[in-house]
Amino acid sequence: MKDFLLIFRTDIAAMPKRSPEEMQASTKRWMDWIGGIAAQNKLTDRGNRLVQTGKVLNPGNVITDGPYMEIKESIVGYSIVKANTEEEATELAKGCPILSAGGNVEIREISVL
Amino acid sequence: MQQAELIPHLFRTEYRKIVSVLCKLFGIDHIEIAEDIVSDTFLLASELWGLKGLPENPPAWLYTVAKNKTKDYLKRNTLFAQNISKEIKYTATTSEEIEIDLSIKNINDSQLAMMFVVCHPCNAAEAQIGLALNLLCGFGVDEIANAFLTNKTVIYKRLQRAKEKLRIEKIKIEQPTPSEINDRLPAVLTTLYLLFNEGYYSSGQDITLRQDLCLEGMRLTYMLIENEHLNQPEANALLSLMCFHSSRFDSRLNQYGEIVLYQDQDTDLWNQELIEKGEYFLNQASQGDTLSKYHLEAGIAYWHTIKADSEKKWESILFMYNHLLLIEYSPIAALNRTYALAKARGKKEAIIEAEKINLTGNHLYHSLLGELYTGIDNTKAIEHFHNALAFIKSTADKLIISNKILKLMEL
Repeated sequence: MKDFLLIFRTDIAAMPKRSPEEMQASTKRWMDWIGGIAAQNKLTDRGNRLVQTGKVLNPGNVITDGPYMEIKESIVGYSIVKANTEEEATELAKGCPILSAGGNVEIREISVL
Repeated sequence: MQQAELIPHLFRTEYRKIVSVLCKLFGIDHIEIAEDIVSDTFLLASELWGLKGLPENPPAWLYTVAKNKTKDYLKRNTLFAQNISKEIKYTATTSEEIEIDLSIKNINDSQLAMMFVVCHPCNAAEAQIGLALNLLCGFGVDEIANAFLTNKTVIYKRLQRAKEKLRIEKIKIEQPTPSEINDRLPAVLTTLYLLFNEGYYSSGQDITLRQDLCLEGMRLTYMLIENEHLNQPEANALLSLMCFHSSRFDSRLNQYGEIVLYQDQDTDLWNQELIEKGEYFLNQASQGDTLSKYHLEAGIAYWHTIKADSEKKWESILFMYNHLLLIEYSPIAALNRTYALAKARGKKEAIIEAEKINLTGNHLYHSLLGELYTGIDNTKAIEHFHNALAFIKSTADKLIISNKILKLMEL
């Protein structure tokens, strides 16, 4: 089996402010989804979420506030899953809660150095 | 207590204490000498007490005799050593002055030190459990063989090899320093967890023996908690888990020794005192921000002490199984998670997830699918129960599944 990086992207600005109850419900959805992958023994690394703001270092030491502001969607988190093929990995990504929050999942095979 | 019962009882409680103290004194190379001295002591007790009657304080008698036998051994060893090497003679002469300390404090310290030796990961889990039963619980080779459903020779060899391994690795008999505890405690907890599970889940027929294994697992875990440095959240969580599980010990088997499923158990037989202890240790375990697999399993076990189904119960159990799987995958956790999903969200959703976990060949997997399809598609349910039967070994489990098939066929 190969490892695939799942990259979660969404437009943070478009996300509505959520109540604590909604946040808890969201945590539960994520746990259900990732738990389902773990139950298949196909989770390599649960991964992490990313803090919303950051910096981008450009050539000539030009530093801008990141993530890339010109792109609407930014990376909010990642996980690593195990699958035999890209199709299988895509199948695992289905049901990811980011999809119902207007985001998307990018599936990329990890090519081990 | 009658004398006939007294010696086996003392063997259980005192053998391990004296052995631990002597092992710590002699070092890992001479575990067998320590065992021989203590066995001789008990042999002498059974001969003399029969003739002369019981001494006033039997444990104290045992301690004194064991001390004297040890001093004799060291003296004889000195004479022996003089002929061989001056260096050995030197160490032997100083050891002659060694005080054999059988105070409660030293007994406890020695037992804890031995616990860390016995649970050393250089030995396989099975060997660790064998050693623990032998050296920490005072179980004889016979009893260990019964517990593992194997013969004496296998166990004898297993123990010999395990001791040899400890010698080769030069494992020191000492308690870990506070800074080493984080590295070494997990291995000890794992062994105690397995020891308990051996008693709780094994298919051995001897119910008393299995209960003893569980009690020993709990006793040793409690010993850790009594020590201020070892009183860690994980150890408390483990003990809590053990208390919750053993609270159902009496209700798990009926008068014919058959397994009673959770939903059919008589809650009046659940041991309320153990449930309360479980809650107490779970609270203790919640201090600090550690969340180990024992915490999650204890949490799951806690919810099982409340028999009535509720959304909150099954959502909580599902959440904890999800968490548990993130810490460590195991087929049993994957199956239980799916069962919890069915309870929390309905069978249809659970069937989709169950088909994904694909544990074909595991009888519990087929049983689960049979359970999930019951009432949804009974033909498929029967098919899955039949698949389960093909992989089940224990007669008790076969009976349960056959009954389910019969019930479905009557519909």
